[in-house]
Amino acid sequence: MISATETTTPIIEVNHVATKFGQAVVHEDVSLSIRRGEIFAIAGGNGSGKTTLLREIIGLITPSAGTIRLFGIDSRRLEAEDGRPIHRRFGVMFQHGALFSSFTLAENVAVPLREHTTLSAGLIRDIVAAKIAMVGLPPDSAAKYPNELSGGMRRRAALARAIVMDPELLFLDEPTAGLDPIIAAGFDDLVLSLKGLLGLTVVMVTHDLDSLWRIANRVAVLGRGKVLGVGTMQELFRSDDPVIREYFQGPRGRAASGQAAWNHERREA
Amino acid sequence: MEQATISVVDNVIHCRGSWTLPHLSKLERGGRALRWPDSPTVLYDAGEVTAMDTGGALILQRCIDGVRRKGQQTALQGLKPEFTELLRKVETQWSRPERGVSVRGAGWMAGLTRAVQSRHVSAIRALAFVGESTIAFGRAVTRPRSIRWRSLLRIVELDGVRALPITGLLTFLVGVVIAYQGAEQLRKFGTNIFIVDLVGISLLREIAPLIVAILIAGRSGSAYAAEIGTMKVTEELDAVRTLGISPMNLLVLPRALALVIALPLLTVYADVVGVFGGMLIALGELNVSFVEFIARFEEAVPVRHFLIGLGKAPFFAAIIALVGCYQGFQIRGGVDDVGRHTTISVVQGIFLVIVFDAICSILLNWWDL
Repeated sequence: MISATETTTPIIEVNHVATKFGQAVVHEDVSLSIRRGEIFAIAGGNGSGKTTLLREIIGLITPSAGTIRLFGIDSRRLEAEDGRPIHRRFGVMFQHGALFSSFTLAENVAVPLREHTTLSAGLIRDIVAAKIAMVGLPPDSAAKYPNELSGGMRRRAALARAIVMDPELLFLDEPTAGLDPIIAAGFDDLVLSLKGLLGLTVVMVTHDLDSLWRIANRVAVLGRGKVLGVGTMQELFRSDDPVIREYFQGPRGRAASGQAAWNHERREA
Repeated sequence: MEQATISVVDNVIHCRGSWTLPHLSKLERGGRALRWPDSPTVLYDAGEVTAMDTGGALILQRCIDGVRRKGQQTALQGLKPEFTELLRKVETQWSRPERGVSVRGAGWMAGLTRAVQSRHVSAIRALAFVGESTIAFGRAVTRPRSIRWRSLLRIVELDGVRALPITGLLTFLVGVVIAYQGAEQLRKFGTNIFIVDLVGISLLREIAPLIVAILIAGRSGSAYAAEIGTMKVTEELDAVRTLGISPMNLLVLPRALALVIALPLLTVYADVVGVFGGMLIALGELNVSFVEFIARFEEAVPVRHFLIGLGKAPFFAAIIALVGCYQGFQIRGGVDDVGRHTTISVVQGIFLVIVFDAICSILLNWWDL
């Protein structure tokens, strides 16, 4: 299914992207390349343009300059008619879930299947039930409306909708923000297990230092409109850049790295 | 990418190709048309499955389950290791029959019960709201300093002054229409001058206040519902409450009082513009000059008609404002709830205004006014 060239060329290429909103400059010059099969995290302070970059990659907004290629296709073409098939190949989980409030959870998860496939109602129901179970939601939550779900459940429901088409690429916008530490760690595990099971490439925007240490293969740190550094957490932890040092070696960064080291030792033992 | 196929050769079920979403609907149909082997053991050969996603695994699992239900043994061979984990999960965790998810709601009995319950609850809530706002109004009247005059005046401007062009245009046109229709009949009897009675009484007493109220219900009642509802969705209302401010005082009272002030003023304006529209047609169609018209107006249209029309306006205003605000507070869920309650606020506002107007007509007729 995956040819040899597809595995070597990056799944996402961001080339010299600049973004301006009126006078405000969000990105001066951002370049990234994301490989197939990795969990790639975009980190950075508030207002460093992480979510903006994510929205540019998935074609919701157009950068002022530069190009972004998603599966080798210019992301500006995503909204055009010939870009539609690309939408089946990636799923997006928005920060607040963005579930349709007039649909039940099961109907929400079923939307992409109903729109993009001609499967029988029975099979759609089965796939939806499987995905709801896959993200760890109880079966009786399927008939509930989004406003009857807790924040953590809504997050999981949004994830179920994002993976219902078995996409190759999954985008997560702040997946663990606002979740309690236990549920957040559970969410990290969930992302890891789904990645293994469905062969996903995951791109996530996050502030969560614990999940950066636990699940990210590579991390890009945005700041001052640029990419300040890209690499594994160990590499970034040793970086000389003052902003990256501040970010990862501040009190919270140290605590998260200590926790990660402790987890690592425990696993070794 | 190659098609997904399923076929039977010598009691062996061969699965081939890419068992992924784009190919599944064909695969489903192919599977249904298949003649299943009836040997005691059925072998599945999945060696040539090149790709498989959750949907594909579910279909394979369904086939296996179907054969098992008929009492036959099944064996699976050749499935690539990267797909076995998915199939195993599908089999053990995700497709137990009792896990079947019903997308449909409950039966009609449950629906009826819910409808009755919710009507009952909302009737009580509406009554409570009317009570609360009456108390708030009473308090505001005894302590006028507690009224938020700044926001009240802003609302008078937004919902009164800015509504002048549209109410003027509309009542002018209604005056023209009434005069035209009347002119036709009056000319037949040679009683041209009675156009003044027709236009004056109908506009002043009934039509101008009603037109203004209906317009304001659509223009402001809906806005109140949407504003308050959005504040509720974004938790602004909760913030107001925790800051120790009564939403009644902050939101409802200024809106209700502002409309109670603005609507009578708009009605007077509408009276003038509507009668002017009638005058123009009277001149053009029936040769009744402005001077004749006004002279006749003084004797034919007693001032009580004007006062009755004007007197109804504050009540219309209170109805519209309270219905709009009440519907705003009723919004619970998300975005679609805002739209629904905004619509309800307009429909209910206009409905209650007309019902109130009808009751007034009956009562006034009784008292010979």
